[in-house]
Amino acid sequence: MFQAILFYLFSAVLVGAAIGVIFSRNPVHGVLFLILAFFQSAVLWLLIEAEFLAIVLVLVYVGAVMVLFLFVVMMLDVNIEEMIGSYARYLPFGLLMAVLMVTELIQIIWLRSGEGGTTDGFAATPEGYSNTEALGAVLYTEHVYAFEIAAVILLLAIVAAITLTMRRRPGLKQQNIARQVSVRAADRLRIVKMQAEKPDAEGQS
Amino acid sequence: MENIHLTIVLAPLAAAIVAGLFGKQIGRAGAHWITIVAVGLSFVLSLLVLKDIWFDGGEVYNYSVYTWAVSDGLRMEVGFLVDRLTALMMVVVTFVSWMVHIYTIGYMHEDPGYQRFFSYISLFTFSMLMLVMSNNFLQLFFGWEAVGLVSYLLIGFWFKRETAIFANLKAFLVNRVGDFGFILGIAGVVMFTNSLDYATVFASGEAIASQQIEVIGGNPWNAMTVICILLFIGAMGKSAQAPLHVWLPDSMEGPTPISALIHAATMVTAGIFMVARMSPLYELSETALAVVLTIGAITAFFMGLLGVVQNDIKRVVAYSTLSQLGYMTVALGVSAYSAAIFHLMTHAFFKALLFLAAGSVIVAMHHEQDIRKMGGIRRYMPITYWTSLIGSLALIGFPGSAGFFSKDALIEAVKYSHWAETDQLVYWIAYLSVLLGVFVTALYSFRMFFLVFHGEERMDAEAKSHLHETPWVVTGPLILLAIPSAIIGWFTIGPVLFGDFFGDSIQVSAAHDVLARLGETFTGSAGFIVHALQGPAVYLAFAGAITAWYLYLKRPELPGVLRDKLSGLYELLDRKYYFDDLYINGFAAWGRRIGRLLWSKGDEFLIDGLLVNGTANTVGRLAGVLRRVQTGYLYHYAFAMFIGITLILAWLLWS
Amino acid sequence: MMIGLQHYLTLSAVLFALSIAGIFINRRNLILLLMCIELMLLAVNFNFIAFSRYLGDETGQVFVFFILTVAAAEAAIGLAILVVLFRNRRSINVAELDSMKG
Repeated sequence: MFQAILFYLFSAVLVGAAIGVIFSRNPVHGVLFLILAFFQSAVLWLLIEAEFLAIVLVLVYVGAVMVLFLFVVMMLDVNIEEMIGSYARYLPFGLLMAVLMVTELIQIIWLRSGEGGTTDGFAATPEGYSNTEALGAVLYTEHVYAFEIAAVILLLAIVAAITLTMRRRPGLKQQNIARQVSVRAADRLRIVKMQAEKPDAEGQS
Repeated sequence: MENIHLTIVLAPLAAAIVAGLFGKQIGRAGAHWITIVAVGLSFVLSLLVLKDIWFDGGEVYNYSVYTWAVSDGLRMEVGFLVDRLTALMMVVVTFVSWMVHIYTIGYMHEDPGYQRFFSYISLFTFSMLMLVMSNNFLQLFFGWEAVGLVSYLLIGFWFKRETAIFANLKAFLVNRVGDFGFILGIAGVVMFTNSLDYATVFASGEAIASQQIEVIGGNPWNAMTVICILLFIGAMGKSAQAPLHVWLPDSMEGPTPISALIHAATMVTAGIFMVARMSPLYELSETALAVVLTIGAITAFFMGLLGVVQNDIKRVVAYSTLSQLGYMTVALGVSAYSAAIFHLMTHAFFKALLFLAAGSVIVAMHHEQDIRKMGGIRRYMPITYWTSLIGSLALIGFPGSAGFFSKDALIEAVKYSHWAETDQLVYWIAYLSVLLGVFVTALYSFRMFFLVFHGEERMDAEAKSHLHETPWVVTGPLILLAIPSAIIGWFTIGPVLFGDFFGDSIQVSAAHDVLARLGETFTGSAGFIVHALQGPAVYLAFAGAITAWYLYLKRPELPGVLRDKLSGLYELLDRKYYFDDLYINGFAAWGRRIGRLLWSKGDEFLIDGLLVNGTANTVGRLAGVLRRVQTGYLYHYAFAMFIGITLILAWLLWS
Repeated sequence: MMIGLQHYLTLSAVLFALSIAGIFINRRNLILLLMCIELMLLAVNFNFIAFSRYLGDETGQVFVFFILTVAAAEAAIGLAILVVLFRNRRSINVAELDSMKG
C-alpha cells in the first residue's frame, strides 16, 4: 500500500513535469522540468527494483546530457518571442491526438490484458538478488558485442559533435607540427660559398 | 580418328581467330601463312579421312563430341558423322578453300583489309566443315547460319561501297526467307521424332510419312511432304533456286575469291548437300521430289538464259552457277542424289577455276569487270587463257572433261527417271529444261570466253599497257584447279555414280533408283563417252559454242541487230524477269511502308506518345499534385507518422 | 492493491502521448522538440523496464542501457547540429527549415 502511494505520488509529479516540459515557453524552464521528470522516473524505477538503471539515469542523463542541454540553451541567444507565434494553432489537434493515443493504449493495456493478465504486483526477487550484478552478468557475456558497438557509437558521437561544431576561423595562426618536426637544416640555412674579400690597396686606406 | 576430325574442323577456326583478333600483331604475311597452313592441314587430313574410308574400307564414324543441352529428352549435341558423302565434301571444301587462300595472296595484296579477309575465309572453312560433318540437325543449322553470316560479311567486305552493302543486305534477307522454312522443317522433325540426331530421324522416316499434319485447318497434308518441302525452302535460299535466287548475282559485289569459294564452289552447294544427306526422308515423299525437280528445272534453264545478256564478267559466271545449281537440284528431284553430289564436286572444281580465272582477268585489267571493254586478252595472259578454256569446256560438258561426265550422267538420269511413268508433265519440264539448258550454257560460256580472250582489243591504251600475266599465287591455283576440272570425271564416275561409293549415306528406294538402271549399261568411262555421243546433249553443247562463235567473233554486229529485233525478250532478260522489281518494289517496299506506318502510328503515337510519354506525363501531373504534401517541414513528416500510428492502432483495436 | 505491470504501462502511455502532444504544440522550437524526443524515449524505457521485471528477464534492462547510450549520443549530435544551425542562420525556428520542400 505504501508502495502504491509512492507510485501515484511520483507518477503525478512526473506527469506534471512532462506537462511542464511541453508547455513551457522558456526553454530553460523546459530543461529544468525535464530534469525533474528524469528524477521522478529514477525513483519510479527504484520502486520496481531497477536500481542500476535508476542510478545511471540520474548520473548519466541528468548529470551529463541534461547539463549539456542546459548549456546549449543558455549559450544560444534564442529569440523566444519569435517562437511563440502560432502557439495555440496546433494545441487542440495535438491534445486530440494525445487523448486518442492514450485511450487506445489504455484500452490495450487494461481491457485486452484483462483476460489472461494480472493486476498483481511484480514477482518478488529472490533472496540476495543484486540488480547490478545480474545486469553485469548478462551485459558482459551475452551482449558483449552490442556493448562494444555502443562504445563505438559513443565515440562516434564525440567525433561527430566535435567536427560539427569546430569552427575554422580565417586568419587563425596554426602550427603544423609535422612540418616542424620534419624540417632539416638545409631548408632553413643556405651556406653560400664565396671567396673571401680580397685585400686591395685602396680598401685599406 | 576422332582427333583428326577435330583437328580438321578446329584448325581453320583457330587460324581465323588468330588472324582476325591479332591481325595487327602478326602482320599481313603472318595472317596468310597461318590460315593457309591451317586450311592446308585440314585438306591433307581430309584426304587421309577419304583414303581411310574409301580405299582402306574404314568404318563410318558417328559420334557426339559434346552435349550442349538436354531439354525434355531432346539432346542438343555437337557431333560428327563422317561417312563417304561427308568425306567427299570435306575434301572438296578444304581443297577449294585452300586454293582460294593461296590465290587471295595475289588478288588482295593491295587491300587494307587483308588480315580480316583471311580471317573470314578461314572462318568460312570452319563453318562449312561443321555443316557437312554434322550428325544432327542443330549443328547443321549452326553451320548453315554460320556460312550465311560469313557470306554476308564477305559480300559486304568492301563496306564503303553502297552497292556492296545493298547486296549483302539483300543476300541476308533473302536467305532469311529460306532459313525460316529450314528451321520450320527442323521444328517439324523435332515435333514428330523428338530428336535432332540424323540416325534416329532417318530410322523413324516411315513413321513420319504415315502421319498427317494440318498446317491450314481442314487440309491434312502428309507430314513428310511438309517437312521435306520446308527443308527444301531452306535449300532454295542457300542454293539460290528460283524464286529465292536473286541474291546470288548481287553477291558478286564481294571480292572474287569469295565468289569462287562461297558463291560457286561450296556454300551454295550446302542446299544440295543437305537434300542428299536427307535422302532417306525425301525418298518417302513423292510430292516433295516433284517440287524439287520442278524448281530445279526452272532454275537450270531460265537462269542460264539470263547469263546470255549479262556484261559483267563475274555476273555471267554467277548466272551459270545458278543454272548449274538448278541442274544439281534436278538430279535430286529424280532421286539421282549421287549424280547431284558428283556434279557438285566437278562443279566446285571448274566453277572455282572459272571464277578465279575471271578474277585473274579482273586483276590484270585493274578491276575492270565489263566484258565489252575486254577482248584479245589471250595474247597477254596465256595461263589464264588456257585454264579458262578448260573450265569453260568442263562447264559446257565437252566430252572427257569433268563437267561432261557429271552433267551427261545427270541428263541421262532425268531421261530414264521414274517420272516418265508417274508424272509426264513434270518429266517433260525437267527433261526439256536440262537439254535446252545445255545449249544455253554453251552459248553464254563461250560468249564470255570469246568476248574476253578473242576478238579485237576494246580496252583503252592505259589499261592495255599494264596488261600482263598475273603472279604465280594467282596462276598456281588456276593450274591446280584446272587439273581436276579436266580429268577427275574420268576416274571417279564409275565408283561415285554407279559403284557403291556412297554406301548407306545415300538411300534411294528401288523404284526411284535410276542410277542403278543406268549402271547396268555402264561399261567404263570410255564407253560412257561413246554412249553420250549418241545423245543430243553433246551436240547441243557444240551448237551453243558454235552459235557463240558465229555471233560474237564472226559477225559481231549481229547481237545488236538481234537485240533490237527481240527488244521485248531482251528487256525481260535484262530486267531478270522482273524478280528484283517485284521484290524491291513489292515486298521490300510494302515492308517498308508497313514499317513506316507502324513506326509513325504504332511506335511514335501509341507507344512513345501514349504509353511511354503518356505514363511519364501522368506520373508528372500526379506528382505535381502530390508534391504539395511535401512541405519540407520536418514536423509535418513527424505528424504524418504519429497520425498513421494512431490510425493503425485504432484500426487494429476497433475494426 | 499492488502496483503492477499495467500501472507502469499506463504511465508510459501517458508520457508517450504527452510527448506527442508536445511535438505538435512546440513544432517551432527545435530545442523543445529534442526534449520531447527525450521524454518519448523515457516512456519507451519505462515499458522495457516494466516488462523486464514482469518477465524476470534482465535483457530488457540491458536494452534500456543501450537506449540510454544511443539517446545520449543522439542528444550530443542533435545539439551539435543545433549549434551549427544557429551559428549559420541565427535562428532555430523550424518553420524556416524548408529546404526539403518538394
